[in-house]
Order: sequence, then C-alpha cells, then structure tokens
Amino acid sequence: MREKTLTMDTLNPQVKAVEYAVRGPIVIKAGEIERCLEEGGTKPFSEVIKANIGDAHAMGQQPITFLRQVVALCTFPELMESPSFPEDAKWRARRILQGCGGHSLGSYSASAGVEYIRKDIAAYIEQRDEGVPSNWEDIYLTTGASDGIMTILRLLVSGKDSSRTGVMIPIPQYPLYSAAISEMDAVQVNYYLDEDNCWALDINELHRAYQAAKQHCQPRVICIINPGNPTGQVQSKKCIEEVLHFAYEENLFVMSDEVYQDNVYAPDCQFHSFKKVLYEMGPEYYNSVELASFHSTSKGYTGECGFRGGYMEVINMDPEVKAQLVKLLSVRLCPPLSGQAAMDVIVNPPQPDEHSYQQFHQEKSSVLGALAEKAKLTEEILNAVPGIKCNPVQGAMYAFPRIFIPPKAMEEAKTLGMQPDMLYCLRLLEETGICVVPGSGFGQKDGTYHFRMTILPSKEKLKVLLGKLRDFHVSFLKEYSALE
Amino acid sequence: MQQKMSENGAIPRQGKVLTVDTMNANVKKVDYAVRGPIVQRAVQIEKELKEGVKKPFDEVIKANIGDAHAMGQRPITFFRQVMALCTYPQLLDDNKFPEDAKNRARRILQSCGGNSIGAYTTSQGIDCVRQDVAKYIERRDGGIPSDPDNIYLTTGASDGIVTILKLLTAGEGLTRTGVMISIPQYPLYSASIAELGAVQINYYLNEEKCWSLDISELQRSLQAARKHCNPRVLCIINPGNPTGQVQSRQCIEDVIQFAAKENLFLMADEVYQDNVYAKGCEFHSFKKVLFEMGPEYSKKVELASFHSTSKCYMGECGFRGGYMEVINMDADVKAQLTKLVSVRLCPPAPGQALMDLVVNPPQPGEPSHQTFMQERTAVLSALAEKAKLTEQILNTVPGISCNPVQGAMYSFPRITLPERAISEAKAKGQAPDMFYCMKLLEETGICLVPGSGFGQREGTYHFRMTILPPTDKLKLMLNKLKDFHQRFTQQYS
Repeated sequence: MREKTLTMDTLNPQVKAVEYAVRGPIVIKAGEIERCLEEGGTKPFSEVIKANIGDAHAMGQQPITFLRQVVALCTFPELMESPSFPEDAKWRARRILQGCGGHSLGSYSASAGVEYIRKDIAAYIEQRDEGVPSNWEDIYLTTGASDGIMTILRLLVSGKDSSRTGVMIPIPQYPLYSAAISEMDAVQVNYYLDEDNCWALDINELHRAYQAAKQHCQPRVICIINPGNPTGQVQSKKCIEEVLHFAYEENLFVMSDEVYQDNVYAPDCQFHSFKKVLYEMGPEYYNSVELASFHSTSKGYTGECGFRGGYMEVINMDPEVKAQLVKLLSVRLCPPLSGQAAMDVIVNPPQPDEHSYQQFHQEKSSVLGALAEKAKLTEEILNAVPGIKCNPVQGAMYAFPRIFIPPKAMEEAKTLGMQPDMLYCLRLLEETGICVVPGSGFGQKDGTYHFRMTILPSKEKLKVLLGKLRDFHVSFLKEYSALE
Repeated sequence: MQQKMSENGAIPRQGKVLTVDTMNANVKKVDYAVRGPIVQRAVQIEKELKEGVKKPFDEVIKANIGDAHAMGQRPITFFRQVMALCTYPQLLDDNKFPEDAKNRARRILQSCGGNSIGAYTTSQGIDCVRQDVAKYIERRDGGIPSDPDNIYLTTGASDGIVTILKLLTAGEGLTRTGVMISIPQYPLYSASIAELGAVQINYYLNEEKCWSLDISELQRSLQAARKHCNPRVLCIINPGNPTGQVQSRQCIEDVIQFAAKENLFLMADEVYQDNVYAKGCEFHSFKKVLFEMGPEYSKKVELASFHSTSKCYMGECGFRGGYMEVINMDADVKAQLTKLVSVRLCPPAPGQALMDLVVNPPQPGEPSHQTFMQERTAVLSALAEKAKLTEQILNTVPGISCNPVQGAMYSFPRITLPERAISEAKAKGQAPDMFYCMKLLEETGICLVPGSGFGQREGTYHFRMTILPPTDKLKLMLNKLKDFHQRFTQQYS
C-alpha cells in the first residue's frame, strides 16, 4: 500500500506544535472513563465530574429565560403571535430581524455583524464606561471571543527571525493564546503574574520580559486577561494604567480579554475596562494606544457557550489595516446569527420599567450570587488542605491552587515522561472521577505546580468534589512520602 | 511619521504598531470578491438611496451572494420549529408544535451538556448528530458505510475547508504544498491558499464543454506545478461554484484515479448536492464513487467531503452549520485534526442542531412530512425554473453566452466586451469585467461579481450572478441586464 499523502512527517509543523490543555489528554482520558462507565464498567466512583472547562450549562446552570425567549422568537417568528411571550422580548426580536436580510436569522449578515447589534453594543459600552464614547463602526461581532482574538493575532504576526512578532502573554494564561502563537509561528513572550501577590501584574516583570524578548524577536503585542483565566484575579485600576503606559512607551498593541467582566466576586474588587482607563489617562494615550477589547456570550451570567457569540471593539487601528481586517473577516462571511442575537440581549437586557425585568434580575442575581458563594467556598476548603494553597478567587470561574508534589511523585512523573501535575491530575481522575486541568497546561513558574478547576458544579456537588479532592490529596501525599 | 511634543512633555509616540507595512504580508494577498469592492459600493449606494439621493433605479439588487433568505426564500418550517424548541424548551409543552419536531428536539437536547444548546459540545460535534450524519450519508450513497467518528461538524463548510488546508500546508520553496483548484473557483480557496502561504495551482474547466473537468488539463497543470512546488491536494466543487456544472460519474472516477495515481489528497466541496436541476444530471458523491471503484482506491485515496446548511433547499446561511467526512486519514494526523479543532472549542450548537434536521428530516408517516416535502419541492422547483429562465434570457443577448445552469445557485455567463471598454478599464487599472460590473451597478442597481474574482481563461470575461431573486424580480433583473449590455456594447463600439 502506497504511503499516505498526509502523515505526521508531511503535516503542517505549526499544527503539530499546537497544544490546548483544556480539551487535551486528560479530558480525552475522562471521556474514555465516561464511556467505560456507560457501558457498565466499575470504577471507584459513579460519575466523572468535568471541572475542566468553563461551561456553566453543562454543570447545570440554567439559561436566562429572557435571552432564550428573544432568540426563540427570532428563530421562529410565528411565535410573535403567542401570548406566552412578553412584549419586551418580542420588540427586541422584531428589531433584530429587521436588521437581517429577508428578516431571517438564516441570512448571512454583514461580516462585521448586524448593524443594529453593533450599535447596541456601542451603547452598552458607553453606559458601562460611564459615558466614554464608543463608535459602532469599531465593533465587530465574532464567533466567540476566540475568533476575534485569533483574527487580531493573525494581522499582527509578521517579520522573520529577530524581527518576528513577539506576543507577550501572562503566565499562567488561557491556552488559546499559546496555541494561536504556535499555529501562527509567532514568538511567545512570557510575563509572570505574581502568585504571592494574588496573581497581580508586576510592571517590572513586564519590563524584564520585554527586554529579554527584544534579543530574539520584535515584541508587538501584549495580551491581558482581566478578570484572569485561570487565576481569577481582578486587576486594579492602577495596574491597568501601568500596563497601558508600558504599552504606550514600548509601542505595543494591547489585547484585553474581558470575557469575565461580569464575573467579579470579591467585594474589594471592581472591573475596569481597558478602554475606560485608557480614556481617563488623557488624549495623548487615548488617541494613540492601539487596543482591541474582547467580550463573549459564553461567560458572565448567561453562560451561552454553545451559541458562539462575541464581539471585539478596536480602538485606534490604522484605517488601512482596518480595511484589511474587514476583508479578512469577509472570507468567513459572518458570525452565527443566533450568537449575534444572544449578544444583543446581553448588551440590551430588560430595563427596570420593562415587564421581564423582575424575573431577569432575579435569575441574573441568582447565578452571580451562586458563583460568588462557590468562589469563596472553593478558596476556603482548598486552603484547609495541607499541601494546597489557593489564592482568593476574585473573579472569573476558576480556582488555580498551588499544590505541593512530593519528590518521589516528581520522579515517577519523570519516569513516565509527563509533567508532575499531569501525573497528579491523572491519578485524581482515575481514583475519584474528577477531571481538572494540570497547571502545566496554562504555564507556571518553574518548580511550581497547580491545577485549574472550575467553580461551576452545583454547590452540593462542588462540596462533594472538594471533599474528595482533599481526601485524594492527603492520600497522595501519604503515598509518595512513604519511606522506602 | 510626525514627531510632536505633547502638551505635558511626555515622550512623543512613534507611528502605529500595526500598519500595512508591519502587518501579516499574507493577509494582504487575500482577496474575496464575493464581498469585495463591488459589494462595498453597492452597500454605499443603498445608504445613498435611503438618504433620498436620486438614482436611475430605486433599489439595489444583491445578486452577488448565495444567500437565499436575503432574497426572500422562506425557511423550512419544521427546521425552525425544532430549533425554537431546542432554544426554548418550555415550548415542548406548547401543543402548537408537532410531535415529530418535539421528538427531535428532545433527542438533540439529551445529547447536549446540561440538556442545553448553550453548553459547549465536543469539538467534533454532538454525538447523536454525527451519528445521524453518518446514517444520512449511508442512505444517500446506497448503503456504503459511514463511520460517525470520521464526521466533524464545522462552522459552515468554509471552516472545515480551511482546517483541512491548514493541515496540508507544509514545506518550503520547492517543497511548499501546492493546492490544485478549478478555474473558475469559489474564492474561499484562493483566499485561504494566500493566507496560508501555500501555492495555488490552477486547472481550467472547459467552458466549451459546459465547464467539464478534463483529465488532460489536470495532468498539464500538475506537471507544470511540480517544477516549483509540491502538489499535494486537489480541490473540486461539485456541483460547481460559480459554474453550476454537475460532474458526470465517469468524470468523478477519472478524477479519483488521477488523485490515486498522483498521490493527491482530495477535497470534495459538495455543498450544493441537493441543487441539481438539469435533466440527465445527477449528483454522485465522491465517497460513493470512490467505494464503488473497489478497495484498490477506497482503501487508499485520502478524501475529505464537505456539506453545509447554507445552500440546497434550506438556505440557512446565518446558522453557520456544516460537516466534513474524512476518509482514509492517517490515524495520527486525525488526532492532530481533533486537537486543532479543540482550540476553537466547538461549532455553534444551533448550527449543529440544524444539520441534524437536514440529515434527518420528517419521514413519510410523520406528521410534518407532507408540509416539509411541499416546502422542499417548492424551493427546489423554483430554483430549477429560475436556472432555466436565466440561461434562456441571457442567451438571447448578443454578446452574452451562458452555459446551462445544471446545478448550484449561479449563472456564470461569458460576456464579450468591446476593445474600447477593455482599454478604458485597463487605463483605470481595473479588470475589464470589474469595469463592466461597476457600470452595471451604477446604472441599474444590480450587484454582480466580476469573473476576475473567480478566475477565468486569459482574455475571457464573465460575471457571476445568483438565480435567487424571486422569479418576477429575476425576470426584471435579466431584462435590465440585457438592456444594459446592449447599451454598453453600443457605447464602447
């Protein structure tokens, strides 16, 4: 039999370099175990708990009724005749459909998205940022935030060897960034968040990373995730100013991933958009720093991951580059309309004087209140485990605790050719059915180990999960501390 | 780059980080005519009309893009019912929805995390949908087995096509991957090749023979390409876009044989598989023909076939639904493919649900079957009518020659342009058919895409127009086109 055309040797080497731990080897193993259980296999547990991915609905969170009503009305406009749908949902659906070709969600939209929705997003941003103007023509709807992030990175990656684009990313980071950098053959430039300081961003560390990188590449962009993933830290306004000033001085394009902007739990923390802080720094900064900010329908209080909704706002982009951006987006035609509609509801939710407001507000508060509770609970329980140290979960949807791994376990991991925290997580999965992602999938300081778990399971299930985790950790320590 | 001292004495900022000089050079090479300059001008004109500017017409007719709903085609009721039920499951208690719609919705939801279409799905796509896709393929192909594990749901067919091209693009200089594409082609292919930095290899379809594919032309193009790159993949669009030709079974066999012999990965873009109008034409899937050629081919040829929810009789472009079936892919490469798609998490769940309905529509005996068939038949017969009408009217215009529109959604007529028009266009730095189409737009409001956006033989000119406007509007449009062409010819003689 002749050899195949497409083999590991002939495959795009950049694709080979890509890794994405959130759905990587451990999750694949979890899937195998699930199937085994389904087929009647016996395990020390009766279900796999998927605490690896920020998917709220999968863990039982309910959709926001109003959002689903509007999207259903858009999908099947015959429902406009139904008395079971409130007027405020209907008028929003009508408005969205008016912006669609043939008044159908089945038409392609303009590549930047439905114009009405872009305008609604701009109005939302202005309100969120207390009046800082937003131009709807700077807004692009995207297929989830990931799509926008990759598109901007694609524009930025150029040059060769020592002039190859360097992309500054936090360590730890959400591995979309490292995967995109690998795929595009850009240069990854790591700046370490300060674990001892609740994962704060240290401006000196930014300088260090930048100077070191300049030796071998051309740093052109700095990526920030705020609130952070996996760390959950909510950056202070001062910190954001420092980052923007740094970007201004060193001529860096700023990408601010703000998909968790509604997930802020710690009472002493507040979300400040990069756009707003930039504006408040005055015209010298506001009129020059190139900034792209990203949002999504997947997180917040709606958790609508499956719709693949998102947007980006792009500030101070060179007009010729902007034309190139529009051209690039046009090749993929447009983002999914149901995701665009979902995004419209998020930026244009029921107002206090509207019929659906009460229920909407109740549901939203309930989701966010539960998340805040679970964030606290997780931090507390984990910190009570000897050998686990967990920073406060200030925001987002994850805990990223540090774990102590005994030297003997590290040796075994080495023998097996895997990272110590991968060994830990695999053992955790096999013994308890709990699936979390090893810290090595996100990046961490050398010699430190972590895992990322979500705070999304129901409170009861979360308590069970954390209890099992505690028991596992204690027994793991015991097992690998045993004297020969 | 201007240096200016700012008011507060801060260090003056250098030029922008991201300029046309510093940006990704490959992105600059990308062109996508279907939404290119002519469409931008059409949108501008629409705005002007809205603002009350006087024009020789009162509406812009967007016959540039294969978007059926935008041109008034109605969605399939059953599909939208199931989608609404999936979106708002409270409707499962509403007795206005038929039982068969509810059953499908329940089945889809059961397969979703937390029984919600708001959950991420697995990166390959919802299991039960992939199973249904596999069953559909088996039924369509007369029983030839389809493995759900070879099915990947995608964000429109474009997504799958780009992903496969990404896997295939490797090498440098003389070993750089060459991608064989038909001329004319749907410009997603040329755009992706440009962005990936692969090498575009053109093989010309035969306009005199109704745009058929000629093996000797494939051979010629391959030999020539081997001198400067490593040809590794052959792309076909069947039924064709923009040409509408439906390849004969023999032709498909010949292509498969060619790909086998030359060790080429085959990409079969079959998004128009339900859009076949001409008598004597039939859709044959590459998969089916491959397997009917026996194990010598079916165990060896690497094939990826693509489908979409955007075309056929449902026209659901906005949902971005699609799938690909990969045959004979190396197991390790397949794992890489799965890894690559996992970075983007999953295709939109509503689009996946929709694809489930496309491959698993109401069956005889089910409550919704009659209406479904009525609607489906109405759409497809209207398209068949409009295909014939378009071909007929265009062929009555001196200077326009239109091949039969055997399938798909477009006509791609050849236009004869007077020398003077060609020179004037060139003087303006415009492709002559772009010059023609721009004038057409400005004088009649009709927006088409010049043939140069798809590729054509040197010295020939075409345009692509859709057959999607409602019959009355289409007739109007074709007659305006006829008048325009005659005026244009006279003006430049």
